[in-house]
Amino acid sequence: MKRVSILNRKNALTLFLVIVMYAVIQGLIVTDILPPLYTSTLIQVCVYVILAASLNLINGITGQFSIGHAGFMAIGAYLAGIVSVKFHGPLFLSLLVGGIVAAVAGFIVGLPTLRLRGDYLAIATLGLGQIVMIIFQNIDYFGGAAGMQVGRHINWSWAFWVTIISLVVIHNFVNSTHGRACISVRENEIAAEAMGVNTTKYKVLAFTLGAFFAGVAGGIYSNYMYFIQPTTFNFLTSFNILVMVVLGGLGSMTGSILGALIMTVLNVALSGIPSLRMVITALLLIIMMLFRPSGLMGTKEFNLNFLEKKGERNVA
Amino acid sequence: MLKIGNLSKSFGGLKAVSNLNIDIKDGELIGLIGPNGAGKTTVFNLITGVYEPTEGEILFRERKIDGLKPYQVTHRGIARTFQNIRLFADLNVIDNVKIAYHQHAKYSSLGAILRLPSYFKGEAEMEKKALELLKVFRLEGKAREVAKNLPYGEQRRLEIARALAAEPKLLLLDEPAAGMNPQETHELMELIRWIRDTFKLTILLIEHDMSLVMGVCERIYVLDYGTIIAQGGPDEIKSNPKVIEAYLGEEAI
Amino acid sequence: MHSITELLQQLVYGLSLGSIYALIALGYTMVYGIVKLINFAHGDVMMVGAYMGWIAITVFHFPFFPAILFAMIVAAIAGIIIERTAYKPLRNATRIAALITAIGVSLFLEYGGMLVVGAQMRTYPNVFPETMYNIGGIIFKFGDIVMLVTALVLMLLLHFTVQYTKIGKAMRASSFDMEAALLMGVNVNTTISATFAIGSALAAAAGVLYGIYFNSIDPLMGITPGLKAFVAAVLGGIGIIPGAMVGGLVLGITESLVSGFGASTWRDAVAFLILILVLIIKPSGLFGKNLREKV
Repeated sequence: MKRVSILNRKNALTLFLVIVMYAVIQGLIVTDILPPLYTSTLIQVCVYVILAASLNLINGITGQFSIGHAGFMAIGAYLAGIVSVKFHGPLFLSLLVGGIVAAVAGFIVGLPTLRLRGDYLAIATLGLGQIVMIIFQNIDYFGGAAGMQVGRHINWSWAFWVTIISLVVIHNFVNSTHGRACISVRENEIAAEAMGVNTTKYKVLAFTLGAFFAGVAGGIYSNYMYFIQPTTFNFLTSFNILVMVVLGGLGSMTGSILGALIMTVLNVALSGIPSLRMVITALLLIIMMLFRPSGLMGTKEFNLNFLEKKGERNVA
Repeated sequence: MLKIGNLSKSFGGLKAVSNLNIDIKDGELIGLIGPNGAGKTTVFNLITGVYEPTEGEILFRERKIDGLKPYQVTHRGIARTFQNIRLFADLNVIDNVKIAYHQHAKYSSLGAILRLPSYFKGEAEMEKKALELLKVFRLEGKAREVAKNLPYGEQRRLEIARALAAEPKLLLLDEPAAGMNPQETHELMELIRWIRDTFKLTILLIEHDMSLVMGVCERIYVLDYGTIIAQGGPDEIKSNPKVIEAYLGEEAI
Repeated sequence: MHSITELLQQLVYGLSLGSIYALIALGYTMVYGIVKLINFAHGDVMMVGAYMGWIAITVFHFPFFPAILFAMIVAAIAGIIIERTAYKPLRNATRIAALITAIGVSLFLEYGGMLVVGAQMRTYPNVFPETMYNIGGIIFKFGDIVMLVTALVLMLLLHFTVQYTKIGKAMRASSFDMEAALLMGVNVNTTISATFAIGSALAAAAGVLYGIYFNSIDPLMGITPGLKAFVAAVLGGIGIIPGAMVGGLVLGITESLVSGFGASTWRDAVAFLILILVLIIKPSGLFGKNLREKV
């Protein structure tokens, strides 16, 4: 008999591991054992994990090749910053507003552009990302090209749990009939449509949801970094997120997390020599495509299924 | 059930289908045949909304369906297979079927994200239905296998199973026997008849294999250069001089 | 900017800039036409060309024409190397894999270049006399005229190469149907390499002209004109050679006018807006035909 319930051994164990991970790191931070640089790196990991997972939803799961993700991150970062600085809103609201405005932008932008295919869509999203950056450069309310002071309103605990919630939401969406509808668009759009899947709706839905979480990640970023500038969100940032997703394996959520972790640590470690860092990123990308185009994980997921009895393995 | 009236479709200057009239009644099993390039697949694409007709109209269960998008046509109760198999090749067999059940899913995105009881109930129901369907097509043992790894004949069967998962009233089969050996074709004939009776369907099929068409179809439309040149029962069609001419050329008469 | 003279003056500026965009756009369009790849690194090949021209002029003390020729030859070789090492192995891979590789090559050239020549800007030597001609109140700089003429000559040369030479015919055949061309005995590998070589050489010429036009170069200089030339190629209809020329000129003039109307900080946004509008309204561009997947 198949048990389909939220209360199973796998979910319990996952939750346990997450709590242990949080407790250990929080303990190290509270006792000042972990130097501030490491805390900052961990929060950046959180930001990029959300960004990579949300881009994976668009690129990997739904197969719509977007390379302008930094644009949505920028919208979230700026709007969240405005809520925190100009309205002294609570952090929760700041992140939510950032996410929602980014999602609205994603919806408006996605509706017309998602009719485009493959590399045409890629280049359109790249252009849109650039336009977002230029808009922020030109609006004085957001500080223009000089940037905006935000201050620090977020700590590790918030960043961590927001990341976990984001991942759970994305995971639950992907592992449902709605996620399968998105995957069917990636696999064969014509067949998906013939099987009754409203492909436009699911493309726009995935794009909007992806933009929402990019906005949330942007919000965490701006609430931690004290200061943001339009050029922070240029297409190098978009490429960086793309590299994480590709490195992990397009379509694999755990792959995206792994990719974000590796790339963020690499970026921090090489931050003293930025051009070398970028050369390594570039070579990584080329070598990956030449020798393992499916990424580290392919479309597979790392999971705890092996802990379960045969036949019990299923949803949730 | 399906009533096509004065349907025409032009691509630029080329008239692929012209002045087509087809009338199919509930529960019929109809064949659509014709030489290569006669416009058979175009007719399917017009019915399913892939192409918009240049002229004429298509009524399905007394409602106009021309101008609808393909997925909307599917929602009205028409499902199809493709001449060149279009499975979700990298997904496993059961997911292929579940995707076609998607339109009947009983939980929302929010229900999925919050993992509400409706999600678990809906998923369990889909799993059960999909497995039942796979059993009918003798594919239940391969439910977790990746679709592209199935042998050709099984891929064809999976495509029919997937179309049935959309729970159609009218099933369109585009050359279901293509690439099958006589043994497989014979089995397919039995299967098509059995599907029609069990699922209470109406079926319209395109086929080149005359043994299948003549053996299984109750009524046949013959298409040549985009127009219907003959229609009737298998025996009428076999002896119709126009049909023989279309297939064999004039000298053969 | 309220008089006709000023408007015409902006058009003249736009023509110079546009001819540079057109030269870069040609490479995008030729490569896309033949291997269906958006060669993201193309703008960076232009940067390589600009540096080669800079070295030729400041280190070897070449005059303008030998310098531009030198830059073109080096860039052509670089183009062939990039194609053979990074793109050729991926010819049968998905287009997205190829696109990601192209992004990788682009980043590699930009930051690899930065490691080699340093991140700082370099002043481009002024190779032309400061002569100006005033025709009806519109000012033509000597350099601008040479640039425009150079660009036009190169485009004409390309046109003749593609239309009348053997390699040009091979290119057209391969871009029409690579498999059929292969079966008809066209050496597709050589043809693709030649396409990259010619495209890269044109980009290098554009790089030298760009350096002269803006007086300075740096390792990231290729990004923006690269993207804009891509916009130009899409505008004209990607894969169509005359389309790229027209697209480049139109974009250059549009940008000039936007700047002339005092909205220069929005200039780049206008280019991308054009891109998105073209993609949405007529993705095949001004000169292209729409294609649809067969069901």
